[in-house]
Amino acid sequence: MDVLYFAWVRERIGVPKETVTTTASTVADLVAELRTKEDRYEAAFADLSALRVAVDQELADFDASLDGAREVAFFPPMTGG
Amino acid sequence: MRVSVQKARFDLGHEAQAFAADRTDMGAIVTFTGIVRDVAGGLAEMEIEHYPAMTQKAIEEIAQEAKDRWSLGDVLVIHRYGMLQAGEMIMMVATASRHRKDAFEAAEFLMDYLKSRAPFWKKETTETGSGWVAARDEDESALDRWAKSD
Repeated sequence: MDVLYFAWVRERIGVPKETVTTTASTVADLVAELRTKEDRYEAAFADLSALRVAVDQELADFDASLDGAREVAFFPPMTGG
Repeated sequence: MRVSVQKARFDLGHEAQAFAADRTDMGAIVTFTGIVRDVAGGLAEMEIEHYPAMTQKAIEEIAQEAKDRWSLGDVLVIHRYGMLQAGEMIMMVATASRHRKDAFEAAEFLMDYLKSRAPFWKKETTETGSGWVAARDEDESALDRWAKSD
């Protein structure tokens, strides 16, 4: 599964994109897995209320299923316009 | 309906003229333009990052929602990304309708949703450093007024 990071999430983790092998069934499970990897992930995922997520390019909740998902993206609240 | 996510500058006059041209059925055209603002003074540049695989689709969905909710002849959204300077145009929306109320309301709806539902992130660089622009609570609560009661 491809995992993408944008804005300060990308800066804290240090890469814009990586391929992750996971058995996580929800976004929250994936976050829990990532947080145990290295400190930089813990730094990025410490406060989930400051993060938004998209599954296969659609905005989703942290309890969303990853069944069949190919791409998950994490980013701060959007500032368009 | 046209949605353009682009790095290049756009010509507001040209875009507005082209949008309004050859219309005999639409009595009202509303346009809104967003400009890079030097909030604190000393803004060197603003970088706009986006999520290429998602941006176009997300904006098209927002524009389609506007077309479903108001009587619109046409919708245009242009949103830039990349490195911008103070005073440059970031984005524009244009709406066409038979009467002005639909065009005004739909333009406001588009702006409110583009602010916090289109995957863009702004980073400001000043003489003292750089930082990501935080989303404002008001931008999130602005969506409440469009919540459907049914």
